[in-house]
Amino acid sequence: MKRLFAALVMALSATAAQAEEVTTYTLDNGMEVVVIEDRRAPVVVHMLWYKVGSADEPVGASGVAHFLEHLLFKATDVLESGEFSATVAANGGRDNAFTSYDYTAYFQRVAADRLELMMQMESNRMNNLRITAEDVETERQVILEERNQRTENNPNALAREQFRAALFQNHRYGVPIIGWKHEMEELDLQDVLGFYDLYYSPNNAILVVAGDVEPEDVLALAEQYYGVLPAEDQLPVRERPQEPPQRAERRITYVDARVSQPYLVRMYLAPERDPGAQREAAALVYLAELLGGSPFTSALGQALQFDTQTAIYTNASYNGFTLDHGVFSFSIVPTDGVSLSEAEAAMDEVVNAFLEAEIDPARMESIRTQLRASEIYALDNVQGLAQRYGAALSQSLTVADVQEWPQILQSVTEDDIKAVAAKVLNRDQSVTGWVVANQEEAR
Amino acid sequence: MLRILIALCLTIVATTARAELDIKQVTSPGGINAWVVEEPAIPFVALEIRIQGGGTLDLPGKRGATNLMAALLEEGSGDMTAQEFQTTLEDLAASFTFRAFDDSMQISARFLTENKEEAIALLRQALVSPRFDQDALDRVRAQVIAGINSDAKTPNAIASSTFYANAFGDHPYGSSIDGTIDSVTALTRDDMFAAHRNALVLDRLYVSVVGDTTAETVGAMLDDLLGDLPAEGPPLPDDVAFGLDGGITVVDFETPQSVAFFGQAGLKRDDEDFFAAFVLNHILGAGGFESRLMTEVREKRGLTYGIGTSLVPKYHAEMILGTVASSNETIAEAIAVTRNEWERMAREGVTPEELAVAKTFLTGEYPLRFDGNADIASIMAGMQMIGLTPDYVVDRNSFVEAVTLEDVNRVAAELLQPEGLHFVVVGQPEGLESTQ
Repeated sequence: MKRLFAALVMALSATAAQAEEVTTYTLDNGMEVVVIEDRRAPVVVHMLWYKVGSADEPVGASGVAHFLEHLLFKATDVLESGEFSATVAANGGRDNAFTSYDYTAYFQRVAADRLELMMQMESNRMNNLRITAEDVETERQVILEERNQRTENNPNALAREQFRAALFQNHRYGVPIIGWKHEMEELDLQDVLGFYDLYYSPNNAILVVAGDVEPEDVLALAEQYYGVLPAEDQLPVRERPQEPPQRAERRITYVDARVSQPYLVRMYLAPERDPGAQREAAALVYLAELLGGSPFTSALGQALQFDTQTAIYTNASYNGFTLDHGVFSFSIVPTDGVSLSEAEAAMDEVVNAFLEAEIDPARMESIRTQLRASEIYALDNVQGLAQRYGAALSQSLTVADVQEWPQILQSVTEDDIKAVAAKVLNRDQSVTGWVVANQEEAR
Repeated sequence: MLRILIALCLTIVATTARAELDIKQVTSPGGINAWVVEEPAIPFVALEIRIQGGGTLDLPGKRGATNLMAALLEEGSGDMTAQEFQTTLEDLAASFTFRAFDDSMQISARFLTENKEEAIALLRQALVSPRFDQDALDRVRAQVIAGINSDAKTPNAIASSTFYANAFGDHPYGSSIDGTIDSVTALTRDDMFAAHRNALVLDRLYVSVVGDTTAETVGAMLDDLLGDLPAEGPPLPDDVAFGLDGGITVVDFETPQSVAFFGQAGLKRDDEDFFAAFVLNHILGAGGFESRLMTEVREKRGLTYGIGTSLVPKYHAEMILGTVASSNETIAEAIAVTRNEWERMAREGVTPEELAVAKTFLTGEYPLRFDGNADIASIMAGMQMIGLTPDYVVDRNSFVEAVTLEDVNRVAAELLQPEGLHFVVVGQPEGLESTQ
């Protein structure tokens, strides 16, 4: 295994040998530190990732991880409400935050010489938030309006919420990150503080600093500001309810008058990238590309958009950059006059034919080249690199896993793809969703 | 052959960050001007081309032609069908995007150093000899029509299209660049060739190149890439006055959250008060969490997830535009607060503290924009389109610094028209009705 690896690496062109320069440390209190050097511009991205996301929320309190993210911009013992962002802006920087199923992250992009100030403020709000009941009341209205904007006003988002809820029978990935509306309405100060006190601690956090910095300097600052914070000794082991064996396919029709064009989605439960075990995930990246990556060259695109005018849009995608379970999915928008059942049958026919045929070696080579090139293009975006490491480490992957990933992608074979396709494309582990404006379209 | 007109190492100085940018201004042997930044650190090149005109060049009765033409440039050219073209592009691991906007065509390319000759040859073929095959035309037409149908049921799209239709009527700004179902259905191959002939022309084309290349080689590359395009295109349309008076237009749509698209007349990019207005708008509605509108509508009252405004100086008209979304029960209050802030700003102006904070942010943030080859290429093409010179990247912060409290407050009083502000609201807003 190892030898094969080395040979493949050498076969790559010289340009692929370029990689980001990464240095890692662990502070005494357990906090991980990742430094990525990029000296092209005197700018730094400072990101703090907490290894907690919506899938870690207590039952009945969906949305609390994201709600807390909003409230972290309120007052602390030394900062007034809003002062954090105002200070970043007054230093010519931008800041924001985001919440996912597996992580919550805060970031600032500023001139490199302002890094210390960012660390000072970010470390302060890890332990010293002073949220009031009034903050909770007002900000709850804001997250409800956010849900209105992202989800309630968008039939596609509402449909997706239904499909995920059906795909995950036991895991919290079936609950929306922003929360179910009725639970969001009940979130209170205690919900928020309980979550904050338990999970916001240095031994549950990853610091990623990327840009025009010296790793040793970053370490010194990190020790000064984050290293002094106490580790949380009550931090629970991160074990979330896993999916049982799934034994029956699920079918859903979502009807909403705001749907302009009927379409269908099929989602399958799939393996995710795991520490030291990323081969199946890598093969699934190829499977998605081959089946539905580009409308011009993928199996679904060629068959349904070119050879027959069955669909105006086809896609296959895979997301395995998750802690627990990945999702492999298809979506098809039929041409006017083609019913959803016809489109679904045509889709299944294409997928079955793909599984029975040989994979075209030229397509394999093309995908390999594109994946290799994407690593070169990725170097142009230092914030993207920072995000890659932060997300990976908060989903239990290691720096080594991140750095091996491009090589694992290069080493995927036709047999790997066939094997993983046979495993994943199992209707018993799937949801098929139809999205229509009225029942007449559901045929 | 190649003349390098200017080769300056420009240092963008701010109180916080400095960015060094070595912009070389070159003219190709064939007379094509370009701005070049050599950045050998990563082995790829970002190329950005803008051509003035865009959707405003649609011929009478052919609304949507330029947009459909742009979408077809990746669908077959030279002796390649759409699939052959895309297979070649994927094998090169390059990416090309072709988009039409109201006032311009935008062509962005990204390709590896190791196969840049092949990538340029392929891009040339797409730009100079598109095929517009009937099957590709029909396929992409169906996609465009699906988008038009979707917009007709999307509150944000309904709000903006209603606003523009009421503000600009028959001028191209008054309708969507996508066209209507009727106009797009009627478009033919001949219409595509005509749109291509009119929209891709040399005399209003702007180019920037950033990455692993040299200014010495860019001229020949550009002649090869673009030299066969026609020299000139048809005249651009006339300027148009912003035609909406103050008021409210409600468009009934069954959805829980109302979406408002609002605005009033603005000022030109080359107006001597532009920077004062830019700083003013930042304080009013563009400054993220710190803007007055975000503070009043979101932070204090929880009425929205986001509200923002921007100066929109288009080629033929100028506006200040904003958006806000709030539940049907609360949108009336969100609009009342917005109007009130508009009026307060016109009457009181900003405080010296607000001005100082805004300047620190705007000057400090500017160098951070020059982040990555593709971003730099895009910024430089945009600068050329509005007639700026490379010195602007150095001088720009001094223009911001030069804005005085008196300037901002005079412009606030002159420019902001609380009574002239028009809101188009899509949803079922409680307590709001269309004004006459």
